Amino acid sequence: MVRFENVGLRYGLGPEILRDLNFEIPAHSFQFLTGPSGAGKTSLLRLLFLSMRPTRGLVNLFGNDISLLGKDEIADLRKRIGIVLQDFRLLDHMTTYENVALPFRVMGRDESTYRREVIDLLKWVGLGERMDALPPILSGGEKQRAAIARAVIARPLLLLADEPTGNVDPTLGRRLLRLFIELNKSGTAVIIATHDITLMDQYDARRMVLHQGRLHIYE
Amino acid sequence: MHAAWCCIRDGCTSMSRSGDEHGALMDLGHDTPQVPAKARNTSPIVPRGSIAGRALVAVVAIMTFLASITTGAVLLISASASEWQSEVASEITIQVKPMGGRDLERDTLAVADAVRAQPGIVEVRPYTKAESASLLEPWLGTGLSLDDLPVPRVIIARVSPGTALDIAGLRNRVTQAVPNSSVDDHRAWIERMRSMTSATVLAGLGILALVIIATIISVSFATRGAMAANRPIVEVLHFVGAGDRFIANRFFRHFLRLGLQGGVIGGGAAMLAFGFSESVASWFSGTPVGDQFAALLGTFSLRPSGYFALAVQAALIAGITAWASRRTLFSTLNDID
Repeated sequence: MVRFENVGLRYGLGPEILRDLNFEIPAHSFQFLTGPSGAGKTSLLRLLFLSMRPTRGLVNLFGNDISLLGKDEIADLRKRIGIVLQDFRLLDHMTTYENVALPFRVMGRDESTYRREVIDLLKWVGLGERMDALPPILSGGEKQRAAIARAVIARPLLLLADEPTGNVDPTLGRRLLRLFIELNKSGTAVIIATHDITLMDQYDARRMVLHQGRLHIYE
Repeated sequence: MHAAWCCIRDGCTSMSRSGDEHGALMDLGHDTPQVPAKARNTSPIVPRGSIAGRALVAVVAIMTFLASITTGAVLLISASASEWQSEVASEITIQVKPMGGRDLERDTLAVADAVRAQPGIVEVRPYTKAESASLLEPWLGTGLSLDDLPVPRVIIARVSPGTALDIAGLRNRVTQAVPNSSVDDHRAWIERMRSMTSATVLAGLGILALVIIATIISVSFATRGAMAANRPIVEVLHFVGAGDRFIANRFFRHFLRLGLQGGVIGGGAAMLAFGFSESVASWFSGTPVGDQFAALLGTFSLRPSGYFALAVQAALIAGITAWASRRTLFSTLNDID
Protein backbone atom coordinates (compact mmCIF):
# COMPACT_ATOMS: atom_id res chain seq x y z
CA MET A 1 0.00 0.00 0.00
CA VAL A 2 2.90 2.34 0.86
CA ARG A 3 6.40 1.89 -0.51
CA PHE A 4 9.46 4.04 0.17
CA GLU A 5 12.61 3.46 -1.90
CA ASN A 6 15.85 5.26 -1.07
CA VAL A 7 13.94 8.21 0.29
CA GLY A 8 15.88 11.14 1.71
CA LEU A 9 14.63 14.41 3.13
CA ARG A 10 16.35 17.64 3.97
CA TYR A 11 14.98 21.08 4.83
CA GLY A 12 16.51 23.75 2.62
CA LEU A 13 20.26 23.40 2.45
CA GLY A 14 20.51 21.68 5.83
CA PRO A 15 21.68 18.11 6.47
CA GLU A 16 19.49 15.17 5.52
CA ILE A 17 17.22 14.40 8.43
CA LEU A 18 15.84 11.24 6.84
CA ARG A 19 18.25 9.01 4.93
CA ASP A 20 17.85 6.04 2.63
CA LEU A 21 14.44 5.00 3.87
CA ASN A 22 13.36 1.69 2.35
CA PHE A 23 10.21 0.11 3.69
CA GLU A 24 6.70 -0.98 2.87
CA ILE A 25 3.49 -0.55 4.81
CA PRO A 26 1.26 -3.46 3.83
CA ALA A 27 -2.51 -3.07 3.79
CA HIS A 28 -4.21 -4.04 7.08
CA SER A 29 -0.88 -3.78 8.97
CA PHE A 30 -0.28 -2.19 12.36
CA GLN A 31 3.00 -0.57 13.36
CA PHE A 32 4.48 1.76 15.89
CA LEU A 33 6.91 4.42 14.72
CA THR A 34 9.27 5.38 17.47
CA GLY A 35 12.61 7.00 18.11
CA PRO A 36 14.15 9.78 20.15
CA SER A 37 12.89 13.34 19.92
CA GLY A 38 14.10 15.03 16.75
CA ALA A 39 14.68 11.68 15.01
CA GLY A 40 12.30 12.70 12.23
CA LYS A 41 9.09 10.89 13.19
CA THR A 42 6.86 13.85 12.41
CA SER A 43 8.71 14.50 9.15
CA LEU A 44 8.18 10.88 8.11
CA LEU A 45 4.49 11.18 8.97
CA ARG A 46 4.31 14.34 6.85
CA LEU A 47 5.89 12.48 3.95
CA LEU A 48 3.34 9.71 4.40
CA PHE A 49 0.55 12.28 4.54
CA LEU A 50 1.80 13.95 1.34
CA SER A 51 2.13 17.32 3.00
CA MET A 52 5.71 17.41 1.77
CA ARG A 53 7.71 15.70 -0.95
CA PRO A 54 11.00 13.87 -0.43
CA THR A 55 14.24 15.45 -1.54
CA ARG A 56 15.13 12.20 -3.25
CA GLY A 57 13.86 8.68 -3.72
CA LEU A 58 10.51 7.19 -4.62
CA VAL A 59 7.34 7.31 -2.59
CA ASN A 60 4.54 5.13 -3.84
CA LEU A 61 1.17 5.47 -2.16
CA PHE A 62 -1.85 3.33 -3.02
CA GLY A 63 -0.10 2.43 -6.29
CA ASN A 64 0.69 6.03 -7.24
CA ASP A 65 4.12 7.56 -7.62
CA ILE A 66 3.52 10.77 -5.69
CA SER A 67 6.08 12.73 -7.71
CA LEU A 68 3.69 12.45 -10.66
CA LEU A 69 0.57 13.63 -8.85
CA GLY A 70 -1.12 17.01 -9.10
CA LYS A 71 -2.78 18.87 -6.22
CA ASP A 72 -6.26 17.51 -6.91
CA GLU A 73 -5.01 13.94 -7.05
CA ILE A 74 -3.14 14.43 -3.78
CA ALA A 75 -6.31 15.80 -2.18
CA ASP A 76 -8.17 12.68 -3.36
CA LEU A 77 -5.49 10.42 -1.90
CA ARG A 78 -5.67 12.26 1.41
CA LYS A 79 -9.33 11.31 1.70
CA ARG A 80 -8.06 7.75 2.17
CA ILE A 81 -5.66 8.79 4.95
CA GLY A 82 -6.57 9.83 8.47
CA ILE A 83 -4.13 11.83 10.55
CA VAL A 84 -4.01 12.75 14.23
CA LEU A 85 -1.55 15.52 14.96
CA GLN A 86 0.06 16.43 18.26
CA ASP A 87 -1.60 19.85 18.26
CA PHE A 88 -5.04 18.39 17.41
CA ARG A 89 -5.88 21.04 14.80
CA LEU A 90 -9.56 21.31 15.70
CA LEU A 91 -11.53 24.24 14.28
CA ASP A 92 -12.44 26.47 17.20
CA HIS A 93 -15.61 27.88 15.68
CA MET A 94 -17.14 24.46 15.13
CA THR A 95 -18.64 22.15 17.73
CA THR A 96 -17.05 18.83 18.55
CA TYR A 97 -19.69 17.12 16.42
CA GLU A 98 -19.01 19.40 13.45
CA ASN A 99 -15.25 18.90 13.77
CA VAL A 100 -15.62 15.13 13.73
CA ALA A 101 -18.11 15.26 10.84
CA LEU A 102 -15.84 17.53 8.78
CA PRO A 103 -14.37 14.77 6.54
CA PHE A 104 -17.89 13.74 5.52
CA ARG A 105 -18.82 17.35 4.85
CA VAL A 106 -15.78 17.72 2.62
CA MET A 107 -16.83 14.57 0.77
CA GLY A 108 -20.14 16.29 0.08
CA ARG A 109 -22.24 13.72 1.93
CA ASP A 110 -25.66 14.62 3.26
CA GLU A 111 -25.72 14.93 7.03
CA SER A 112 -28.53 12.43 7.46
CA THR A 113 -26.25 9.69 6.05
CA TYR A 114 -23.58 10.07 8.72
CA ARG A 115 -25.19 11.70 11.75
CA ARG A 116 -25.69 8.43 13.62
CA GLU A 117 -22.18 7.29 12.85
CA VAL A 118 -20.63 10.50 14.19
CA ILE A 119 -22.73 10.45 17.35
CA ASP A 120 -21.88 6.78 18.01
CA LEU A 121 -18.17 7.45 17.63
CA LEU A 122 -18.33 10.51 19.85
CA LYS A 123 -20.10 8.49 22.53
CA TRP A 124 -17.54 5.76 22.20
CA VAL A 125 -14.60 8.09 22.70
CA GLY A 126 -16.36 9.54 25.73
CA LEU A 127 -17.48 12.81 24.14
CA GLY A 128 -21.19 11.99 23.98
CA GLU A 129 -21.97 14.80 26.39
CA ARG A 130 -19.59 17.23 24.70
CA MET A 131 -20.93 17.09 21.15
CA ASP A 132 -22.10 20.67 21.15
CA ALA A 133 -19.08 22.06 22.99
CA LEU A 134 -16.58 24.23 21.18
CA PRO A 135 -12.92 23.11 21.27
CA PRO A 136 -11.70 26.07 23.37
CA ILE A 137 -13.66 24.75 26.34
CA LEU A 138 -12.56 21.12 25.91
CA SER A 139 -9.74 19.72 28.04
CA GLY A 140 -6.53 18.53 26.37
CA GLY A 141 -7.68 14.92 26.57
CA GLU A 142 -11.07 15.74 25.10
CA LYS A 143 -9.43 17.59 22.22
CA GLN A 144 -7.18 14.59 21.66
CA ARG A 145 -10.17 12.27 21.47
CA ALA A 146 -12.05 14.60 19.15
CA ALA A 147 -9.01 14.77 16.85
CA ILE A 148 -8.76 10.97 16.81
CA ALA A 149 -12.48 10.66 16.12
CA ARG A 150 -12.13 13.06 13.17
CA ALA A 151 -9.23 11.04 11.79
CA VAL A 152 -11.00 7.68 11.96
CA ILE A 153 -14.60 8.65 11.19
CA ALA A 154 -14.30 8.18 7.43
CA ARG A 155 -12.69 4.76 7.81
CA PRO A 156 -9.35 5.65 6.21
CA LEU A 157 -7.24 2.99 4.51
CA LEU A 158 -4.21 4.39 6.32
CA LEU A 159 -4.27 6.02 9.74
CA LEU A 160 -1.32 8.12 10.89
CA ALA A 161 -1.24 9.19 14.53
CA ASP A 162 1.40 11.42 16.05
CA GLU A 163 1.55 10.78 19.82
CA PRO A 164 -2.19 10.06 19.97
CA THR A 165 -2.18 9.16 23.65
CA GLY A 166 0.11 11.93 24.79
CA ASN A 167 -2.61 13.93 26.55
CA VAL A 168 -4.83 11.24 28.00
CA ASP A 169 -4.70 9.11 31.14
CA PRO A 170 -3.53 5.49 30.89
CA THR A 171 -7.07 4.09 30.99
CA LEU A 172 -8.25 6.24 28.12
CA GLY A 173 -4.94 5.62 26.36
CA ARG A 174 -5.66 1.89 26.42
CA ARG A 175 -9.16 2.53 25.16
CA LEU A 176 -7.91 4.64 22.28
CA LEU A 177 -5.33 1.98 21.44
CA ARG A 178 -8.22 -0.49 21.30
CA LEU A 179 -9.98 1.82 18.88
CA PHE A 180 -6.92 1.81 16.63
CA ILE A 181 -6.63 -1.97 16.90
CA GLU A 182 -10.29 -2.46 15.99
CA LEU A 183 -9.95 -0.04 13.12
CA ASN A 184 -6.91 -2.00 11.98
CA LYS A 185 -8.89 -5.24 12.16
CA SER A 186 -11.51 -3.70 9.96
CA GLY A 187 -8.88 -3.13 7.28
CA THR A 188 -7.14 0.15 8.06
CA ALA A 189 -3.35 0.16 8.12
CA VAL A 190 -2.24 2.02 11.24
CA ILE A 191 1.01 3.85 12.01
CA ILE A 192 1.28 5.27 15.52
CA ALA A 193 4.23 7.53 16.20
CA THR A 194 4.96 7.44 19.91
CA HIS A 195 7.60 7.57 22.63
CA ASP A 196 5.35 5.67 24.98
CA ILE A 197 6.98 2.31 25.65
CA THR A 198 4.05 1.26 27.88
CA LEU A 199 1.64 1.83 25.00
CA MET A 200 3.81 -0.18 22.62
CA ASP A 201 4.10 -3.00 25.13
CA GLN A 202 0.34 -3.34 25.21
CA TYR A 203 0.14 -4.61 21.66
CA ASP A 204 2.43 -6.86 19.77
CA ALA A 205 3.04 -5.01 16.52
CA ARG A 206 5.76 -4.16 14.08
CA ARG A 207 8.10 -1.43 15.35
CA MET A 208 9.75 1.08 13.08
CA VAL A 209 12.56 2.83 14.92
CA LEU A 210 14.05 6.02 13.57
CA HIS A 211 17.57 6.76 14.74
CA GLN A 212 19.86 9.42 13.32
CA GLY A 213 17.72 9.69 10.23
CA ARG A 214 17.77 5.99 9.44
CA LEU A 215 14.96 3.54 9.89
CA HIS A 216 15.26 0.14 11.58
CA ILE A 217 12.32 -2.21 11.43
CA TYR A 218 11.59 -4.89 14.01
CA GLU A 219 8.89 -7.28 12.84
CA MET B 1 -25.80 1.39 5.95
CA HIS B 2 -24.60 2.81 9.26
CA ALA B 3 -21.34 2.47 11.05
CA ALA B 4 -21.37 0.78 14.38
CA TRP B 5 -18.92 2.37 16.73
CA CYS B 6 -20.96 0.94 19.60
CA CYS B 7 -19.87 -2.47 18.38
CA ILE B 8 -16.32 -1.58 19.31
CA ARG B 9 -17.54 -0.40 22.68
CA ASP B 10 -19.23 -3.75 23.20
CA GLY B 11 -16.12 -5.70 22.33
CA CYS B 12 -17.03 -6.87 18.86
CA THR B 13 -14.00 -7.99 16.88
CA SER B 14 -15.57 -9.47 13.75
CA MET B 15 -15.81 -6.40 11.64
CA SER B 16 -15.56 -6.15 7.92
CA ARG B 17 -15.65 -3.42 5.32
CA SER B 18 -18.71 -4.92 3.67
CA GLY B 19 -17.05 -4.59 0.32
CA ASP B 20 -16.87 -0.83 0.54
CA GLU B 21 -13.61 0.83 1.47
CA HIS B 22 -15.38 3.67 3.18
CA GLY B 23 -18.41 1.68 4.22
CA ALA B 24 -19.66 0.70 7.62
CA LEU B 25 -17.74 -1.40 10.07
CA MET B 26 -20.84 -3.48 10.55
CA ASP B 27 -24.53 -3.12 10.07
CA LEU B 28 -26.59 -2.48 13.17
CA GLY B 29 -29.73 -3.66 11.40
CA HIS B 30 -32.86 -2.06 12.74
CA ASP B 31 -31.31 -1.07 16.04
CA THR B 32 -31.31 2.64 15.31
CA PRO B 33 -29.92 4.81 18.10
CA GLN B 34 -31.76 7.94 19.09
CA VAL B 35 -30.23 10.87 17.25
CA PRO B 36 -31.51 14.39 16.88
CA ALA B 37 -33.65 14.81 13.79
CA LYS B 38 -32.38 18.32 13.27
CA ALA B 39 -29.22 18.88 11.25
CA ARG B 40 -26.25 19.69 13.44
CA ASN B 41 -23.90 21.09 10.82
CA THR B 42 -24.87 24.70 11.22
CA SER B 43 -21.52 26.44 11.43
CA PRO B 44 -20.03 27.69 8.19
CA ILE B 45 -16.63 26.16 7.49
CA VAL B 46 -15.19 29.66 7.12
CA PRO B 47 -16.65 31.90 9.85
CA ARG B 48 -18.14 35.14 8.56
CA GLY B 49 -16.51 37.17 11.29
CA SER B 50 -13.03 36.11 10.20
CA ILE B 51 -13.25 38.16 7.03
CA ALA B 52 -12.95 41.94 7.23
CA GLY B 53 -16.30 42.27 5.52
CA ARG B 54 -17.41 45.78 6.40
CA ALA B 55 -14.26 47.44 5.13
CA LEU B 56 -14.44 45.52 1.87
CA VAL B 57 -18.14 46.30 1.38
CA ALA B 58 -17.33 49.99 1.95
CA VAL B 59 -14.48 49.89 -0.59
CA VAL B 60 -16.59 48.14 -3.22
CA ALA B 61 -19.54 50.48 -2.53
CA ILE B 62 -17.36 53.60 -2.93
CA MET B 63 -15.75 52.24 -6.09
CA THR B 64 -19.12 51.32 -7.55
CA PHE B 65 -20.49 54.76 -6.67
CA LEU B 66 -17.56 56.53 -8.36
CA ALA B 67 -17.81 54.29 -11.41
CA SER B 68 -21.56 54.87 -11.63
CA ILE B 69 -21.23 58.64 -11.31
CA THR B 70 -18.58 58.62 -14.04
CA THR B 71 -20.68 56.47 -16.34
CA GLY B 72 -23.81 58.51 -15.66
CA ALA B 73 -21.99 61.78 -16.39
CA VAL B 74 -20.54 60.36 -19.62
CA LEU B 75 -23.99 59.15 -20.65
CA LEU B 76 -25.51 62.58 -19.90
CA ILE B 77 -22.85 64.46 -21.84
CA SER B 78 -23.00 62.04 -24.77
CA ALA B 79 -26.79 62.29 -24.94
CA SER B 80 -26.73 66.12 -24.79
CA ALA B 81 -23.93 66.32 -27.35
CA SER B 82 -25.74 64.07 -29.78
CA GLU B 83 -28.90 66.17 -29.35
CA TRP B 84 -26.93 69.35 -30.11
CA GLN B 85 -25.27 67.70 -33.06
CA SER B 86 -28.51 66.49 -34.59
CA GLU B 87 -30.11 69.89 -34.10
CA VAL B 88 -27.17 71.73 -35.59
CA ALA B 89 -26.70 69.27 -38.43
CA SER B 90 -30.30 69.69 -39.52
CA GLU B 91 -29.76 73.40 -40.22
CA ILE B 92 -27.70 75.26 -42.76
CA THR B 93 -26.84 78.93 -42.58
CA ILE B 94 -26.39 80.99 -45.75
CA GLN B 95 -24.83 84.38 -45.49
CA VAL B 96 -25.43 87.07 -48.11
CA LYS B 97 -22.91 89.89 -47.84
CA PRO B 98 -23.71 93.39 -49.05
CA MET B 99 -21.87 94.44 -52.17
CA GLY B 100 -21.60 97.86 -53.72
CA GLY B 101 -24.07 98.44 -56.52
CA ARG B 102 -26.28 95.50 -55.56
CA ASP B 103 -29.60 95.43 -53.73
CA LEU B 104 -29.17 93.29 -50.63
CA GLU B 105 -32.93 92.65 -50.30
CA ARG B 106 -33.14 91.35 -53.84
CA ASP B 107 -29.97 89.27 -53.43
CA THR B 108 -31.38 87.72 -50.26
CA LEU B 109 -34.60 86.73 -52.02
CA ALA B 110 -32.66 85.33 -55.00
CA VAL B 111 -30.49 83.21 -52.72
CA ALA B 112 -33.58 82.04 -50.78
CA ASP B 113 -35.19 80.94 -54.06
CA ALA B 114 -32.02 79.13 -55.10
CA VAL B 115 -31.88 77.31 -51.74
CA ARG B 116 -35.55 76.33 -51.98
CA ALA B 117 -34.84 74.71 -55.35
CA GLN B 118 -32.21 72.45 -53.80
CA PRO B 119 -33.52 68.89 -53.16
CA GLY B 120 -33.58 67.98 -49.45
CA ILE B 121 -34.40 71.46 -48.17
CA VAL B 122 -37.75 71.57 -46.40
CA GLU B 123 -37.84 75.09 -45.03
CA VAL B 124 -36.08 78.32 -45.88
CA ARG B 125 -36.29 81.37 -43.66
CA PRO B 126 -34.52 84.60 -44.66
CA TYR B 127 -33.94 86.96 -41.75
CA THR B 128 -35.37 90.46 -42.29
CA LYS B 129 -33.37 93.59 -41.62
CA ALA B 130 -35.11 94.03 -38.25
CA GLU B 131 -34.40 90.44 -37.25
CA SER B 132 -30.74 90.86 -38.24
CA ALA B 133 -30.59 93.97 -36.05
CA SER B 134 -32.05 92.07 -33.10
CA LEU B 135 -29.40 89.34 -33.60
CA LEU B 136 -26.73 92.00 -33.19
CA GLU B 137 -28.35 93.69 -30.22
CA PRO B 138 -26.37 91.78 -27.57
CA TRP B 139 -23.15 93.21 -29.06
CA LEU B 140 -24.14 96.54 -30.53
CA GLY B 141 -27.05 97.61 -28.33
CA THR B 142 -30.48 98.87 -29.33
CA GLY B 143 -31.54 101.80 -31.47
CA LEU B 144 -28.76 101.37 -33.98
CA SER B 145 -29.42 102.04 -37.65
CA LEU B 146 -28.04 99.21 -39.78
CA ASP B 147 -28.29 101.24 -42.99
CA ASP B 148 -24.80 102.63 -42.46
CA LEU B 149 -23.26 99.26 -41.61
CA PRO B 150 -22.40 96.47 -44.06
CA VAL B 151 -24.33 93.88 -42.08
CA PRO B 152 -24.81 90.61 -44.00
CA ARG B 153 -28.19 88.97 -44.19
CA VAL B 154 -28.71 85.46 -42.87
CA ILE B 155 -30.89 82.72 -44.33
CA ILE B 156 -31.64 79.60 -42.27
CA ALA B 157 -32.51 76.46 -44.22
CA ARG B 158 -33.82 73.29 -42.58
CA VAL B 159 -32.72 69.99 -44.07
CA SER B 160 -35.13 67.09 -44.38
CA PRO B 161 -34.21 64.51 -41.68
CA GLY B 162 -32.24 61.57 -43.02
CA THR B 163 -31.31 63.36 -46.26
CA ALA B 164 -27.71 63.48 -47.42
CA LEU B 165 -27.62 67.04 -48.67
CA ASP B 166 -25.41 67.89 -51.66
CA ILE B 167 -23.52 70.75 -50.03
CA ALA B 168 -21.23 71.32 -53.01
CA GLY B 169 -24.24 71.55 -55.32
CA LEU B 170 -25.95 73.99 -52.95
CA ARG B 171 -22.80 76.14 -52.78
CA ASN B 172 -22.66 76.25 -56.56
CA ARG B 173 -26.29 77.15 -56.85
CA VAL B 174 -26.03 79.92 -54.22
CA THR B 175 -22.87 81.54 -55.62
CA GLN B 176 -24.34 81.45 -59.11
CA ALA B 177 -27.37 83.35 -57.83
CA VAL B 178 -25.31 85.83 -55.77
CA PRO B 179 -21.52 85.68 -55.97
CA ASN B 180 -21.05 87.31 -52.60
CA SER B 181 -22.86 84.62 -50.60
CA SER B 182 -21.55 81.66 -48.58
CA VAL B 183 -22.94 78.41 -47.15
CA ASP B 184 -22.07 77.17 -43.65
CA ASP B 185 -23.13 73.61 -42.82
CA HIS B 186 -21.63 73.91 -39.26
CA ARG B 187 -19.34 70.96 -40.00
CA ALA B 188 -16.36 72.46 -38.17
CA TRP B 189 -18.46 73.10 -35.08
CA ILE B 190 -19.89 69.57 -35.17
CA GLU B 191 -16.39 68.14 -35.53
CA ARG B 192 -15.25 70.09 -32.48
CA MET B 193 -18.29 68.85 -30.58
CA ARG B 194 -17.56 65.28 -31.64
CA SER B 195 -13.98 65.44 -30.48
CA MET B 196 -15.06 66.98 -27.19
CA THR B 197 -17.59 64.19 -26.65
CA SER B 198 -15.03 61.54 -27.59
CA ALA B 199 -12.53 63.08 -25.17
CA THR B 200 -15.15 63.03 -22.41
CA VAL B 201 -16.02 59.39 -23.11
CA LEU B 202 -12.32 58.46 -23.17
CA ALA B 203 -11.73 60.27 -19.88
CA GLY B 204 -14.73 58.44 -18.41
CA LEU B 205 -13.39 55.10 -19.62
CA GLY B 206 -10.00 55.95 -18.13
CA ILE B 207 -11.57 56.75 -14.76
CA LEU B 208 -13.61 53.53 -14.95
CA ALA B 209 -10.46 51.52 -15.68
CA LEU B 210 -8.70 53.12 -12.69
CA VAL B 211 -11.68 52.43 -10.43
CA ILE B 212 -11.80 48.80 -11.56
CA ILE B 213 -8.05 48.33 -11.07
CA ALA B 214 -8.29 49.89 -7.58
CA THR B 215 -11.20 47.54 -6.80
CA ILE B 216 -9.22 44.49 -7.93
CA ILE B 217 -6.22 45.51 -5.84
CA SER B 218 -8.38 46.18 -2.75
CA VAL B 219 -10.19 42.87 -3.13
CA SER B 220 -6.93 40.99 -3.62
CA PHE B 221 -5.52 42.50 -0.42
CA ALA B 222 -8.73 41.70 1.47
CA THR B 223 -8.69 38.12 0.16
CA ARG B 224 -5.06 37.62 1.11
CA GLY B 225 -5.81 39.00 4.58
CA ALA B 226 -8.78 36.67 4.98
CA MET B 227 -6.73 33.69 3.82
CA ALA B 228 -3.92 34.58 6.23
CA ALA B 229 -6.41 34.92 9.10
CA ASN B 230 -7.97 31.58 8.20
CA ARG B 231 -4.79 29.68 7.39
CA PRO B 232 -5.37 27.13 10.20
CA ILE B 233 -8.78 26.35 8.70
CA VAL B 234 -7.26 25.92 5.24
CA GLU B 235 -4.64 23.54 6.65
CA VAL B 236 -7.25 21.45 8.46
CA LEU B 237 -9.35 21.28 5.31
CA HIS B 238 -6.29 20.01 3.47
CA PHE B 239 -5.79 17.39 6.20
CA VAL B 240 -9.28 16.04 5.74
CA GLY B 241 -8.82 15.77 1.99
CA ALA B 242 -10.44 18.96 0.73
CA GLY B 243 -9.21 20.07 -2.68
CA ASP B 244 -8.38 23.66 -3.57
CA ARG B 245 -11.68 24.07 -5.39
CA PHE B 246 -13.68 23.06 -2.29
CA ILE B 247 -11.69 25.42 -0.07
CA ALA B 248 -11.80 28.29 -2.56
CA ASN B 249 -15.58 27.93 -2.87
CA ARG B 250 -16.01 28.31 0.91
CA PHE B 251 -14.24 31.70 0.76
CA PHE B 252 -15.62 32.65 -2.62
CA ARG B 253 -19.21 32.66 -1.33
CA HIS B 254 -18.26 35.25 1.28
CA PHE B 255 -16.54 37.50 -1.23
CA LEU B 256 -19.31 37.19 -3.80
CA ARG B 257 -21.83 38.24 -1.14
CA LEU B 258 -19.63 41.14 0.00
CA GLY B 259 -19.13 42.23 -3.62
CA LEU B 260 -22.87 42.12 -4.28
CA GLN B 261 -23.59 44.11 -1.12
CA GLY B 262 -21.03 46.75 -2.08
CA GLY B 263 -22.32 46.86 -5.67
CA VAL B 264 -25.93 47.28 -4.58
CA ILE B 265 -25.07 50.01 -2.05
CA GLY B 266 -22.76 51.97 -4.38
CA GLY B 267 -24.89 51.54 -7.51
CA GLY B 268 -28.10 52.28 -5.59
CA ALA B 269 -26.60 55.45 -4.09
CA ALA B 270 -25.50 56.63 -7.55
CA MET B 271 -28.96 56.01 -8.99
CA LEU B 272 -30.53 57.93 -6.12
CA ALA B 273 -28.05 60.75 -6.72
CA PHE B 274 -29.06 60.98 -10.39
CA GLY B 275 -32.74 60.79 -9.49
CA PHE B 276 -32.24 63.54 -6.90
CA SER B 277 -30.27 65.75 -9.32
CA GLU B 278 -33.13 65.39 -11.80
CA SER B 279 -35.50 66.72 -9.15
CA VAL B 280 -33.12 69.55 -8.26
CA ALA B 281 -32.85 70.48 -11.96
CA SER B 282 -36.63 70.63 -12.22
CA TRP B 283 -36.80 72.89 -9.13
CA PHE B 284 -34.41 75.36 -10.80
CA SER B 285 -36.16 75.14 -14.15
CA GLY B 286 -36.94 78.65 -15.48
CA THR B 287 -34.20 80.33 -13.45
CA PRO B 288 -31.03 81.62 -15.21
CA VAL B 289 -28.92 78.92 -13.53
CA GLY B 290 -31.40 76.22 -14.48
CA ASP B 291 -31.48 77.44 -18.07
CA GLN B 292 -27.68 77.40 -18.29
CA PHE B 293 -27.63 73.83 -17.03
CA ALA B 294 -30.42 72.85 -19.37
CA ALA B 295 -28.52 74.38 -22.28
CA LEU B 296 -25.37 72.47 -21.31
CA LEU B 297 -26.72 69.13 -20.11
CA GLY B 298 -30.26 69.05 -21.49
CA THR B 299 -32.80 67.97 -18.89
CA PHE B 300 -30.04 66.53 -16.65
CA SER B 301 -31.95 63.28 -16.48
CA LEU B 302 -30.73 59.77 -17.20
CA ARG B 303 -32.85 57.72 -19.54
CA PRO B 304 -34.13 54.32 -18.34
CA SER B 305 -31.36 52.72 -20.43
CA GLY B 306 -28.86 54.82 -18.41
CA TYR B 307 -30.20 53.43 -15.12
CA PHE B 308 -30.05 49.95 -16.63
CA ALA B 309 -26.41 50.58 -17.60
CA LEU B 310 -25.64 51.61 -14.01
CA ALA B 311 -27.28 48.45 -12.66
CA VAL B 312 -25.31 46.30 -15.11
CA GLN B 313 -22.13 48.11 -14.10
CA ALA B 314 -22.80 47.50 -10.38
CA ALA B 315 -23.31 43.79 -11.13
CA LEU B 316 -20.11 43.83 -13.20
CA ILE B 317 -18.12 45.31 -10.32
CA ALA B 318 -19.56 42.68 -7.95
CA GLY B 319 -18.52 40.07 -10.50
CA ILE B 320 -15.03 41.57 -10.77
CA THR B 321 -14.78 41.48 -6.97
CA ALA B 322 -15.66 37.79 -6.98
CA TRP B 323 -13.28 37.05 -9.86
CA ALA B 324 -10.38 38.91 -8.21
CA SER B 325 -11.03 37.10 -4.95
CA ARG B 326 -11.17 33.71 -6.68
CA ARG B 327 -7.93 34.38 -8.53
CA THR B 328 -6.18 35.39 -5.31
CA LEU B 329 -7.66 32.41 -3.46
CA PHE B 330 -6.16 29.92 -5.87
CA SER B 331 -2.78 31.63 -6.00
CA THR B 332 -2.69 31.77 -2.17
CA LEU B 333 -3.81 28.14 -1.86
CA ASN B 334 -0.87 27.15 -4.03
CA ASP B 335 1.40 28.58 -1.34
CA ILE B 336 -0.40 26.88 1.56
CA ASP B 337 -0.18 23.14 1.96
